[in-house]
Amino acid sequence: MLRLKITLVAYLFLIPALVLLALFTFYPVTLGIILSFFKYNIISPPEFVGLGNYIQLFKDPKFVIAMQNSLVYLLVVPCIQIASIALAILVNQNIRGISLFRALYYVPVITSIVIVAIIWRWILGDNGMLNSILKLFAGGGEGIHWLTNPATALVSVMFVTFWKGIGYYMVIYLAGLSAIPPELEEASRIDGANKWQTIWHVILPLLKPSIALSTIISSIAALKVFGEIFVMTEGGPLFSTTTMVYYIYEEAFTKLHLGYASAIGVVLALAIGAFSYLNVRFFREGGLESY
Amino acid sequence: MYILLIALALLLVGPFLWMLIVALTTKGDLFAPPHIFIVNSINEIAGCFNDSGFSCLANFKEVWSSFPMVRFLVNSIIISVSGILINLFIASLAAYPLARLDFPGRNIIFYGMLATLMLPEEANLIVNFITCGWFGLMDNLLGVILPGAASVFGIFLMRQAYLTVPKELEDAARLDGATDWQIWAHIMLPLARPALATLAIFSFVAYWNTFLWPLIILQDPNKFPLSVGLSWLAGTFSSKFRVVAAGGVIAILPVIVVFLALQRHFLKGISQGAVKS
Repeated sequence: MLRLKITLVAYLFLIPALVLLALFTFYPVTLGIILSFFKYNIISPPEFVGLGNYIQLFKDPKFVIAMQNSLVYLLVVPCIQIASIALAILVNQNIRGISLFRALYYVPVITSIVIVAIIWRWILGDNGMLNSILKLFAGGGEGIHWLTNPATALVSVMFVTFWKGIGYYMVIYLAGLSAIPPELEEASRIDGANKWQTIWHVILPLLKPSIALSTIISSIAALKVFGEIFVMTEGGPLFSTTTMVYYIYEEAFTKLHLGYASAIGVVLALAIGAFSYLNVRFFREGGLESY
Repeated sequence: MYILLIALALLLVGPFLWMLIVALTTKGDLFAPPHIFIVNSINEIAGCFNDSGFSCLANFKEVWSSFPMVRFLVNSIIISVSGILINLFIASLAAYPLARLDFPGRNIIFYGMLATLMLPEEANLIVNFITCGWFGLMDNLLGVILPGAASVFGIFLMRQAYLTVPKELEDAARLDGATDWQIWAHIMLPLARPALATLAIFSFVAYWNTFLWPLIILQDPNKFPLSVGLSWLAGTFSSKFRVVAAGGVIAILPVIVVFLALQRHFLKGISQGAVKS
Protein backbone atom coordinates (compact mmCIF):
# COMPACT_ATOMS: atom_id res chain seq x y z
CA MET A 1 0.00 0.00 0.00
CA LEU A 2 2.81 2.35 0.95
CA ARG A 3 4.69 1.22 -2.13
CA LEU A 4 1.75 2.16 -4.32
CA LYS A 5 1.52 5.57 -2.70
CA ILE A 6 5.22 6.22 -3.21
CA THR A 7 4.95 5.16 -6.85
CA LEU A 8 2.01 7.47 -7.38
CA VAL A 9 3.75 10.43 -5.81
CA ALA A 10 6.91 9.73 -7.80
CA TYR A 11 5.06 9.74 -11.08
CA LEU A 12 3.15 12.89 -10.15
CA PHE A 13 6.48 14.68 -9.78
CA LEU A 14 7.67 13.22 -13.04
CA ILE A 15 4.62 13.83 -15.21
CA PRO A 16 5.45 17.30 -16.63
CA ALA A 17 8.94 16.16 -17.62
CA LEU A 18 7.78 12.79 -18.93
CA VAL A 19 5.01 14.30 -21.03
CA LEU A 20 7.35 16.79 -22.68
CA LEU A 21 10.12 14.26 -23.12
CA ALA A 22 7.75 11.68 -24.54
CA LEU A 23 6.28 14.20 -26.94
CA PHE A 24 9.44 15.92 -28.12
CA THR A 25 12.16 13.32 -27.66
CA PHE A 26 11.03 9.69 -27.36
CA TYR A 27 8.20 10.03 -29.87
CA PRO A 28 10.32 11.81 -32.51
CA VAL A 29 13.03 9.19 -32.19
CA THR A 30 10.54 6.39 -32.76
CA LEU A 31 8.62 8.17 -35.48
CA GLY A 32 11.86 9.28 -37.10
CA ILE A 33 12.91 5.69 -37.46
CA ILE A 34 9.50 4.77 -38.89
CA LEU A 35 9.51 7.79 -41.18
CA SER A 36 12.81 6.70 -42.66
CA PHE A 37 10.98 3.84 -44.36
CA PHE A 38 8.59 6.19 -46.13
CA LYS A 39 8.62 8.93 -48.71
CA TYR A 40 6.92 11.98 -47.19
CA ASN A 41 6.77 15.65 -48.11
CA ILE A 42 3.86 16.95 -46.00
CA ILE A 43 1.80 17.82 -49.04
CA SER A 44 0.94 14.29 -50.11
CA PRO A 45 0.34 11.29 -47.80
CA PRO A 46 3.34 9.16 -46.83
CA GLU A 47 4.33 6.43 -49.23
CA PHE A 48 5.93 3.25 -47.95
CA VAL A 49 9.27 2.49 -49.61
CA GLY A 50 10.82 0.02 -47.19
CA LEU A 51 14.59 0.20 -47.39
CA GLY A 52 14.38 2.42 -50.46
CA ASN A 53 15.70 5.51 -48.71
CA TYR A 54 18.67 3.64 -47.30
CA ILE A 55 19.55 2.08 -50.63
CA GLN A 56 19.34 5.48 -52.25
CA LEU A 57 21.51 6.92 -49.47
CA PHE A 58 24.42 4.65 -50.09
CA LYS A 59 24.29 5.32 -53.82
CA ASP A 60 24.03 9.06 -53.22
CA PRO A 61 27.37 10.79 -53.86
CA LYS A 62 26.30 13.75 -51.74
CA PHE A 63 25.73 11.45 -48.77
CA VAL A 64 29.23 10.02 -49.16
CA ILE A 65 30.63 13.55 -49.27
CA ALA A 66 28.61 14.53 -46.19
CA MET A 67 29.87 11.51 -44.29
CA GLN A 68 33.46 12.18 -45.31
CA ASN A 69 33.18 15.81 -44.27
CA SER A 70 31.72 14.81 -40.92
CA LEU A 71 34.53 12.32 -40.33
CA VAL A 72 37.13 14.95 -41.27
CA TYR A 73 35.39 17.31 -38.86
CA LEU A 74 36.22 14.87 -36.07
CA LEU A 75 39.85 15.94 -36.47
CA VAL A 76 38.81 19.06 -34.60
CA VAL A 77 38.42 16.96 -31.45
CA PRO A 78 42.08 16.17 -30.65
CA CYS A 79 43.03 19.75 -31.55
CA ILE A 80 40.47 21.24 -29.17
CA GLN A 81 41.32 18.81 -26.38
CA ILE A 82 45.07 19.39 -26.52
CA ALA A 83 44.59 23.16 -26.69
CA SER A 84 42.07 23.16 -23.84
CA ILE A 85 44.26 21.04 -21.59
CA ALA A 86 47.18 23.39 -22.24
CA LEU A 87 44.95 26.38 -21.57
CA ALA A 88 43.60 24.84 -18.36
CA ILE A 89 47.10 24.12 -17.08
CA LEU A 90 48.02 27.69 -17.95
CA VAL A 91 45.14 29.26 -16.04
CA ASN A 92 45.33 26.87 -13.14
CA GLN A 93 47.70 29.17 -11.29
CA ASN A 94 46.68 31.46 -8.49
CA ILE A 95 48.12 34.68 -9.85
CA ARG A 96 46.29 37.97 -9.64
CA GLY A 97 43.45 38.51 -12.03
CA ILE A 98 43.44 34.93 -13.32
CA SER A 99 39.71 34.61 -12.89
CA LEU A 100 39.23 37.52 -15.28
CA PHE A 101 41.24 35.68 -17.91
CA ARG A 102 39.27 32.49 -17.33
CA ALA A 103 36.05 34.41 -17.84
CA LEU A 104 37.39 36.11 -20.98
CA TYR A 105 38.42 32.79 -22.47
CA TYR A 106 34.90 31.54 -21.88
CA VAL A 107 33.20 34.44 -23.69
CA PRO A 108 33.17 32.82 -27.16
CA VAL A 109 31.36 29.84 -25.65
CA ILE A 110 28.37 31.80 -24.44
CA THR A 111 27.87 33.92 -27.52
CA SER A 112 25.44 32.91 -30.22
CA ILE A 113 26.94 30.79 -32.98
CA VAL A 114 25.23 33.11 -35.45
CA ILE A 115 27.20 36.13 -34.31
CA VAL A 116 30.43 34.17 -34.07
CA ALA A 117 29.97 32.81 -37.57
CA ILE A 118 29.09 36.24 -38.99
CA ILE A 119 32.20 37.80 -37.46
CA TRP A 120 34.47 35.04 -38.69
CA ARG A 121 32.85 35.04 -42.10
CA TRP A 122 34.02 38.62 -42.44
CA ILE A 123 37.45 38.06 -40.91
CA LEU A 124 38.04 35.10 -43.22
CA GLY A 125 36.52 36.81 -46.24
CA ASP A 126 38.57 37.35 -49.36
CA ASN A 127 39.09 40.98 -48.31
CA GLY A 128 38.83 40.35 -44.61
CA MET A 129 41.05 41.12 -41.66
CA LEU A 130 43.04 37.89 -41.86
CA ASN A 131 44.03 38.43 -45.46
CA SER A 132 44.90 42.06 -44.66
CA ILE A 133 47.31 40.87 -41.99
CA LEU A 134 48.75 38.19 -44.27
CA LYS A 135 49.23 40.66 -47.11
CA LEU A 136 51.09 42.90 -44.70
CA PHE A 137 53.62 40.21 -43.95
CA ALA A 138 53.81 38.87 -47.49
CA GLY A 139 54.19 42.32 -48.97
CA GLY A 140 51.09 42.20 -51.15
CA GLY A 141 49.62 39.28 -52.98
CA GLU A 142 46.09 38.07 -53.14
CA GLY A 143 45.52 36.43 -49.80
CA ILE A 144 43.90 33.04 -49.40
CA HIS A 145 40.27 32.38 -50.34
CA TRP A 146 39.51 30.73 -47.03
CA LEU A 147 35.80 30.27 -47.47
CA THR A 148 35.46 30.20 -51.23
CA ASN A 149 38.15 27.65 -52.01
CA PRO A 150 36.86 24.08 -51.58
CA ALA A 151 40.29 23.04 -50.32
CA THR A 152 40.31 25.45 -47.37
CA ALA A 153 36.63 25.97 -46.61
CA LEU A 154 36.15 22.99 -44.30
CA VAL A 155 39.29 23.73 -42.28
CA SER A 156 38.20 27.35 -41.92
CA VAL A 157 34.84 26.35 -40.51
CA MET A 158 36.52 23.79 -38.26
CA PHE A 159 38.75 26.55 -36.92
CA VAL A 160 35.69 28.54 -35.90
CA THR A 161 34.34 25.53 -34.02
CA PHE A 162 37.75 25.19 -32.37
CA TRP A 163 37.89 28.85 -31.43
CA LYS A 164 34.41 28.85 -29.95
CA GLY A 165 34.84 25.60 -28.03
CA ILE A 166 38.21 25.94 -26.28
CA GLY A 167 36.85 27.81 -23.28
CA TYR A 168 34.15 25.21 -22.66
CA TYR A 169 36.58 22.33 -22.31
CA MET A 170 39.08 24.49 -20.48
CA VAL A 171 36.57 24.74 -17.66
CA ILE A 172 36.01 20.99 -17.56
CA TYR A 173 39.76 20.43 -17.38
CA LEU A 174 40.15 23.10 -14.72
CA ALA A 175 37.73 21.15 -12.59
CA GLY A 176 39.68 17.97 -13.26
CA LEU A 177 42.96 19.65 -12.41
CA SER A 178 41.58 20.96 -9.14
CA ALA A 179 40.90 17.37 -8.08
CA ILE A 180 44.57 16.45 -8.37
CA PRO A 181 46.30 16.74 -4.99
CA PRO A 182 49.22 19.19 -5.26
CA GLU A 183 51.40 16.79 -3.27
CA LEU A 184 51.69 14.55 -6.30
CA GLU A 185 53.05 17.37 -8.39
CA GLU A 186 55.48 18.33 -5.65
CA ALA A 187 56.64 14.74 -5.21
CA SER A 188 57.28 14.54 -8.93
CA ARG A 189 59.33 17.73 -8.85
CA ILE A 190 61.32 16.48 -5.86
CA ASP A 191 62.09 13.35 -7.83
CA GLY A 192 63.72 15.62 -10.41
CA ALA A 193 61.11 15.71 -13.15
CA ASN A 194 60.81 18.89 -15.21
CA LYS A 195 57.50 20.53 -16.09
CA TRP A 196 56.89 18.53 -19.26
CA GLN A 197 57.65 15.21 -17.59
CA THR A 198 55.37 16.08 -14.74
CA ILE A 199 52.58 16.93 -17.12
CA TRP A 200 53.02 13.87 -19.27
CA HIS A 201 53.54 11.25 -16.55
CA VAL A 202 51.59 12.58 -13.60
CA ILE A 203 48.94 15.11 -14.61
CA LEU A 204 47.66 13.66 -17.86
CA PRO A 205 47.01 10.13 -16.54
CA LEU A 206 45.16 11.64 -13.58
CA LEU A 207 43.16 13.79 -15.96
CA LYS A 208 41.90 10.75 -17.82
CA PRO A 209 38.25 10.92 -16.67
CA SER A 210 38.04 14.57 -17.76
CA ILE A 211 39.69 13.72 -21.07
CA ALA A 212 37.24 10.87 -21.58
CA LEU A 213 34.23 13.05 -20.79
CA SER A 214 35.45 15.93 -22.95
CA THR A 215 36.34 13.71 -25.89
CA ILE A 216 32.91 12.14 -25.93
CA ILE A 217 31.12 15.49 -25.69
CA SER A 218 33.44 16.99 -28.30
CA SER A 219 33.05 14.11 -30.75
CA ILE A 220 29.27 14.21 -30.52
CA ALA A 221 29.33 17.98 -30.99
CA ALA A 222 31.63 17.66 -34.01
CA LEU A 223 29.29 15.17 -35.64
CA LYS A 224 26.32 17.48 -34.95
CA VAL A 225 27.86 20.73 -36.15
CA PHE A 226 25.48 23.01 -38.05
CA GLY A 227 25.36 26.72 -37.17
CA GLU A 228 28.83 27.63 -38.40
CA ILE A 229 28.23 25.95 -41.73
CA PHE A 230 24.77 27.44 -42.21
CA VAL A 231 25.98 31.00 -41.69
CA MET A 232 29.47 30.86 -43.17
CA THR A 233 29.32 28.64 -46.21
CA GLU A 234 25.83 27.14 -46.62
CA GLY A 235 27.37 23.77 -47.30
CA GLY A 236 29.55 25.00 -50.12
CA PRO A 237 31.65 25.68 -52.02
CA LEU A 238 31.02 22.56 -54.05
CA PHE A 239 29.60 20.74 -51.01
CA SER A 240 33.01 20.85 -49.31
CA THR A 241 31.41 21.92 -46.07
CA THR A 242 28.24 19.88 -46.26
CA THR A 243 28.26 17.76 -43.12
CA MET A 244 25.66 15.24 -41.99
CA VAL A 245 23.39 17.60 -40.08
CA TYR A 246 23.56 20.28 -42.75
CA TYR A 247 22.62 17.62 -45.30
CA ILE A 248 19.65 16.60 -43.12
CA TYR A 249 18.57 20.22 -42.90
CA GLU A 250 18.78 20.70 -46.66
CA GLU A 251 16.90 17.55 -47.54
CA ALA A 252 14.22 18.04 -44.88
CA PHE A 253 13.54 21.75 -44.87
CA THR A 254 14.51 23.03 -48.26
CA LYS A 255 13.60 20.03 -50.38
CA LEU A 256 10.90 18.55 -48.12
CA HIS A 257 12.30 15.02 -48.53
CA LEU A 258 11.26 14.21 -44.98
CA GLY A 259 11.51 10.43 -45.26
CA TYR A 260 14.93 10.57 -46.88
CA ALA A 261 16.16 13.08 -44.29
CA SER A 262 14.91 10.83 -41.51
CA ALA A 263 16.95 7.98 -42.93
CA ILE A 264 20.06 10.18 -42.85
CA GLY A 265 19.14 11.03 -39.28
CA VAL A 266 18.97 7.38 -38.31
CA VAL A 267 22.38 6.71 -39.85
CA LEU A 268 23.80 9.72 -38.00
CA ALA A 269 22.30 8.57 -34.69
CA LEU A 270 23.87 5.14 -35.18
CA ALA A 271 27.21 6.76 -35.99
CA ILE A 272 27.05 8.89 -32.85
CA GLY A 273 26.09 5.86 -30.80
CA ALA A 274 28.99 3.87 -32.23
CA PHE A 275 31.43 6.71 -31.57
CA SER A 276 30.29 7.20 -28.01
CA TYR A 277 30.64 3.49 -27.39
CA LEU A 278 34.15 3.45 -28.87
CA ASN A 279 35.10 6.43 -26.74
CA VAL A 280 33.85 4.80 -23.56
CA ARG A 281 35.71 1.58 -24.34
CA PHE A 282 38.89 3.51 -25.14
CA PHE A 283 38.88 5.40 -21.88
CA ARG A 284 38.12 2.47 -19.66
CA GLU A 285 39.87 3.34 -16.42
CA GLY A 286 42.19 5.97 -15.08
CA GLY A 287 42.20 8.93 -12.77
CA LEU A 288 42.97 8.89 -9.10
CA GLU A 289 42.08 5.22 -8.76
CA SER A 290 45.01 4.17 -10.91
CA TYR A 291 47.27 5.38 -8.10
CA MET B 1 53.40 34.92 -18.29
CA TYR B 2 50.93 37.79 -18.41
CA ILE B 3 51.96 38.46 -21.98
CA LEU B 4 50.86 34.99 -22.95
CA LEU B 5 47.58 35.35 -21.07
CA ILE B 6 46.86 38.71 -22.65
CA ALA B 7 47.76 37.46 -26.12
CA LEU B 8 45.34 34.57 -25.73
CA ALA B 9 42.68 36.92 -24.41
CA LEU B 10 43.11 39.09 -27.50
CA LEU B 11 42.78 36.04 -29.69
CA LEU B 12 39.58 34.90 -28.01
CA VAL B 13 37.91 38.22 -27.33
CA GLY B 14 39.50 40.31 -30.08
CA PRO B 15 36.99 39.43 -32.81
CA PHE B 16 34.19 40.79 -30.62
CA LEU B 17 36.11 44.00 -29.98
CA TRP B 18 36.64 44.25 -33.71
CA MET B 19 32.90 43.95 -34.27
CA LEU B 20 32.34 46.68 -31.70
CA ILE B 21 34.78 49.00 -33.44
CA VAL B 22 33.26 48.32 -36.83
CA ALA B 23 29.80 49.00 -35.43
CA LEU B 24 30.93 52.33 -34.05
CA THR B 25 32.62 53.65 -37.22
CA THR B 26 31.04 54.98 -40.35
CA LYS B 27 33.91 55.92 -42.60
CA GLY B 28 37.26 54.50 -43.50
CA ASP B 29 38.28 51.45 -45.38
CA LEU B 30 37.09 48.27 -43.74
CA PHE B 31 39.69 46.36 -45.66
CA ALA B 32 42.67 48.46 -44.73
CA PRO B 33 45.66 46.81 -43.11
CA PRO B 34 45.00 46.30 -39.39
CA HIS B 35 47.24 48.99 -37.89
CA ILE B 36 45.82 51.68 -40.18
CA PHE B 37 42.32 50.41 -39.51
CA ILE B 38 42.71 50.55 -35.74
CA VAL B 39 44.24 54.00 -35.74
CA ASN B 40 41.60 55.46 -38.06
CA SER B 41 38.79 53.84 -36.14
CA ILE B 42 39.98 55.06 -32.76
CA ASN B 43 40.33 58.55 -34.22
CA GLU B 44 36.80 58.47 -35.48
CA ILE B 45 35.33 57.09 -32.27
CA ALA B 46 37.20 59.61 -30.15
CA GLY B 47 35.99 62.36 -32.43
CA CYS B 48 32.46 61.09 -32.12
CA PHE B 49 32.28 61.97 -28.47
CA ASN B 50 32.90 65.61 -29.29
CA ASP B 51 30.23 65.53 -31.92
CA SER B 52 26.80 66.37 -30.61
CA GLY B 53 24.98 64.17 -33.07
CA PHE B 54 26.76 61.01 -31.89
CA SER B 55 27.48 60.11 -35.47
CA CYS B 56 29.21 56.92 -34.49
CA LEU B 57 25.87 55.54 -33.45
CA ALA B 58 24.62 55.92 -37.02
CA ASN B 59 24.85 52.20 -37.68
CA PHE B 60 22.81 51.46 -34.61
CA LYS B 61 20.19 53.93 -35.72
CA GLU B 62 20.03 52.31 -39.14
CA VAL B 63 19.71 48.81 -37.74
CA TRP B 64 17.04 50.04 -35.37
CA SER B 65 14.98 51.64 -38.12
CA SER B 66 15.26 49.02 -40.84
CA PHE B 67 14.78 45.95 -38.71
CA PRO B 68 12.34 45.26 -35.90
CA MET B 69 15.23 45.03 -33.43
CA VAL B 70 12.97 45.81 -30.51
CA ARG B 71 10.70 42.94 -31.54
CA PHE B 72 13.67 40.61 -31.85
CA LEU B 73 14.88 41.67 -28.41
CA VAL B 74 11.44 41.29 -26.85
CA ASN B 75 10.97 37.88 -28.44
CA SER B 76 14.34 36.70 -27.16
CA ILE B 77 13.44 37.93 -23.68
CA ILE B 78 10.04 36.22 -23.76
CA ILE B 79 11.54 32.97 -24.96
CA SER B 80 14.41 33.06 -22.48
CA VAL B 81 12.47 34.05 -19.38
CA SER B 82 9.58 31.65 -20.01
CA GLY B 83 12.04 28.96 -20.97
CA ILE B 84 14.02 29.39 -17.76
CA LEU B 85 10.93 29.29 -15.57
CA ILE B 86 9.49 26.21 -17.24
CA ASN B 87 12.90 24.51 -17.24
CA LEU B 88 13.46 25.15 -13.53
CA PHE B 89 9.95 24.03 -12.66
CA ILE B 90 10.10 20.78 -14.61
CA ALA B 91 13.67 19.85 -13.70
CA SER B 92 13.31 20.56 -9.98
CA LEU B 93 10.14 18.48 -9.88
CA ALA B 94 11.32 15.54 -11.95
CA ALA B 95 14.69 15.21 -10.23
CA TYR B 96 13.17 14.63 -6.78
CA PRO B 97 11.79 11.11 -7.29
CA LEU B 98 14.89 10.18 -9.27
CA ALA B 99 17.10 11.21 -6.39
CA ARG B 100 15.13 10.21 -3.34
CA LEU B 101 12.30 7.83 -4.04
CA ASP B 102 12.35 4.16 -4.89
CA PHE B 103 9.65 3.10 -7.31
CA PRO B 104 9.19 0.69 -10.21
CA GLY B 105 10.43 2.06 -13.51
CA ARG B 106 12.93 4.42 -11.94
CA ASN B 107 15.95 2.87 -13.63
CA ILE B 108 14.25 2.65 -17.01
CA ILE B 109 13.34 6.32 -16.86
CA PHE B 110 16.82 7.31 -15.66
CA TYR B 111 18.68 5.40 -18.36
CA GLY B 112 16.13 6.41 -20.95
CA MET B 113 16.84 10.05 -20.18
CA LEU B 114 20.57 9.36 -20.27
CA ALA B 115 20.21 7.83 -23.72
CA THR B 116 18.55 10.94 -25.08
CA LEU B 117 21.71 12.93 -24.32
CA MET B 118 23.45 10.96 -27.04
CA LEU B 119 20.92 11.51 -29.75
CA PRO B 120 21.36 14.31 -32.24
CA GLU B 121 18.41 16.64 -31.63
CA GLU B 122 18.65 17.52 -35.27
CA ALA B 123 17.10 14.20 -36.26
CA ASN B 124 14.13 15.03 -34.03
CA LEU B 125 13.60 18.37 -35.73
CA ILE B 126 11.62 16.84 -38.55
CA VAL B 127 9.13 15.02 -36.35
CA ASN B 128 8.88 17.91 -33.90
CA PHE B 129 8.13 20.15 -36.86
CA ILE B 130 5.24 17.87 -37.81
CA THR B 131 4.09 17.52 -34.17
CA CYS B 132 3.99 21.26 -33.68
CA GLY B 133 1.94 21.48 -36.85
CA TRP B 134 -0.68 19.18 -35.33
CA PHE B 135 -0.87 21.11 -32.10
CA GLY B 136 -1.12 24.44 -33.85
CA LEU B 137 2.22 25.56 -32.45
CA MET B 138 3.62 26.48 -35.83
CA ASP B 139 4.99 29.99 -36.06
CA ASN B 140 4.35 30.32 -32.35
CA LEU B 141 6.76 31.31 -29.59
CA LEU B 142 5.41 28.53 -27.39
CA GLY B 143 6.44 26.10 -30.09
CA VAL B 144 9.96 27.45 -29.77
CA ILE B 145 10.04 27.06 -26.00
CA LEU B 146 8.33 23.74 -25.35
CA PRO B 147 10.52 21.16 -27.09
CA GLY B 148 13.56 22.19 -25.09
CA ALA B 149 11.68 22.75 -21.85
CA ALA B 150 12.26 19.28 -20.40
CA SER B 151 16.01 19.51 -20.22
CA VAL B 152 17.60 16.21 -19.27
CA PHE B 153 20.77 18.09 -18.42
CA GLY B 154 18.72 20.18 -15.99
CA ILE B 155 17.08 17.13 -14.44
CA PHE B 156 20.45 15.50 -13.86
CA LEU B 157 21.88 18.70 -12.41
CA MET B 158 19.03 18.99 -9.91
CA ARG B 159 19.29 15.30 -9.10
CA GLN B 160 22.97 15.78 -8.21
CA ALA B 161 21.99 18.66 -5.95
CA TYR B 162 19.25 16.69 -4.19
CA LEU B 163 21.61 13.77 -3.65
CA THR B 164 23.89 15.98 -1.60
CA VAL B 165 21.14 16.94 0.83
CA PRO B 166 21.82 15.06 4.10
CA LYS B 167 19.48 12.15 4.52
CA GLU B 168 19.02 12.97 8.23
CA LEU B 169 17.13 16.13 7.34
CA GLU B 170 14.74 14.18 5.20
CA ASP B 171 14.33 11.41 7.77
CA ALA B 172 13.63 13.92 10.50
CA ALA B 173 10.98 15.56 8.36
CA ARG B 174 9.33 12.24 7.60
CA LEU B 175 9.27 11.40 11.31
CA ASP B 176 7.45 14.68 11.82
CA GLY B 177 4.88 13.49 9.31
CA ALA B 178 5.84 15.59 6.30
CA THR B 179 4.57 14.56 2.89
CA ASP B 180 6.88 14.33 -0.10
CA TRP B 181 5.56 17.63 -1.40
CA GLN B 182 6.48 19.37 1.81
CA ILE B 183 9.90 17.75 1.88
CA TRP B 184 10.47 18.84 -1.69
CA ALA B 185 9.27 22.40 -1.17
CA HIS B 186 10.76 23.12 2.24
CA ILE B 187 13.96 21.07 2.34
CA MET B 188 15.13 20.01 -1.10
CA LEU B 189 14.38 23.13 -3.05
CA PRO B 190 15.91 25.72 -0.69
CA LEU B 191 19.07 23.65 -0.24
CA ALA B 192 19.42 23.20 -3.99
CA ARG B 193 19.39 26.90 -4.70
CA PRO B 194 22.94 27.05 -6.16
CA ALA B 195 22.00 24.31 -8.61
CA LEU B 196 18.84 26.21 -9.52
CA ALA B 197 20.93 29.30 -10.15
CA THR B 198 23.36 27.35 -12.29
CA LEU B 199 20.52 25.80 -14.26
CA ALA B 200 18.94 29.22 -14.72
CA ILE B 201 22.17 30.59 -16.18
CA PHE B 202 22.61 27.64 -18.53
CA SER B 203 18.98 27.84 -19.62
CA PHE B 204 19.31 31.55 -20.27
CA VAL B 205 22.35 31.12 -22.49
CA ALA B 206 20.80 28.16 -24.31
CA TYR B 207 17.47 29.86 -24.95
CA TRP B 208 19.00 33.22 -25.80
CA ASN B 209 21.29 31.65 -28.41
CA THR B 210 18.93 29.03 -29.80
CA PHE B 211 18.98 29.27 -33.55
CA LEU B 212 18.15 26.21 -35.62
CA TRP B 213 14.79 25.34 -34.08
CA PRO B 214 13.24 28.84 -34.18
CA LEU B 215 14.62 29.19 -37.71
CA ILE B 216 12.60 26.16 -38.74
CA ILE B 217 9.40 26.74 -36.87
CA LEU B 218 8.90 30.51 -37.19
CA GLN B 219 7.83 32.19 -40.39
CA ASP B 220 6.67 35.62 -39.29
CA PRO B 221 9.73 37.88 -38.97
CA ASN B 222 8.02 39.71 -36.13
CA LYS B 223 8.31 36.58 -34.05
CA PHE B 224 12.02 36.04 -34.67
CA PRO B 225 14.32 36.04 -31.68
CA LEU B 226 17.63 37.88 -31.98
CA SER B 227 19.58 34.89 -33.31
CA VAL B 228 17.29 34.29 -36.25
CA GLY B 229 16.70 38.00 -36.76
CA LEU B 230 20.43 38.60 -36.91
CA SER B 231 20.92 35.86 -39.48
CA TRP B 232 18.15 37.46 -41.55
CA LEU B 233 19.83 40.85 -41.11
CA ALA B 234 23.18 39.47 -42.20
CA GLY B 235 21.62 38.04 -45.30
CA THR B 236 19.81 41.21 -46.29
CA PHE B 237 22.65 43.57 -45.47
CA SER B 238 25.46 41.31 -46.60
CA SER B 239 27.36 44.24 -48.08
CA LYS B 240 26.83 46.69 -45.24
CA PHE B 241 28.78 44.96 -42.54
CA ARG B 242 28.77 47.98 -40.24
CA VAL B 243 25.02 47.73 -39.88
CA VAL B 244 25.19 43.99 -39.30
CA ALA B 245 27.92 44.58 -36.73
CA ALA B 246 25.67 47.03 -34.90
CA GLY B 247 22.96 44.40 -34.82
CA GLY B 248 25.47 41.88 -33.54
CA VAL B 249 26.53 44.18 -30.72
CA ILE B 250 22.91 44.60 -29.65
CA ALA B 251 22.38 40.84 -29.72
CA ILE B 252 25.51 39.98 -27.81
CA LEU B 253 25.50 42.63 -25.13
CA PRO B 254 22.87 41.09 -22.77
CA VAL B 255 24.58 37.72 -22.67
CA ILE B 256 28.04 39.15 -22.07
CA VAL B 257 26.80 41.53 -19.39
CA VAL B 258 24.89 38.78 -17.58
CA PHE B 259 27.83 36.44 -17.91
CA LEU B 260 30.54 38.80 -16.67
CA ALA B 261 28.34 39.77 -13.73
CA LEU B 262 27.61 36.19 -12.72
CA GLN B 263 30.73 34.47 -13.99
CA ARG B 264 31.84 33.24 -10.62
CA HIS B 265 28.65 31.23 -10.12
CA PHE B 266 28.63 30.15 -13.72
CA LEU B 267 32.12 28.69 -13.86
CA LYS B 268 31.75 27.19 -10.42
CA GLY B 269 28.50 25.51 -11.43
CA ILE B 270 30.02 23.92 -14.50
CA SER B 271 33.05 22.61 -12.65
CA GLN B 272 30.87 21.07 -10.00
CA GLY B 273 28.89 19.28 -12.66
CA ALA B 274 32.04 18.10 -14.37
CA VAL B 275 33.72 16.79 -11.23
CA LYS B 276 30.65 14.90 -10.08
CA SER B 277 30.21 13.14 -13.38
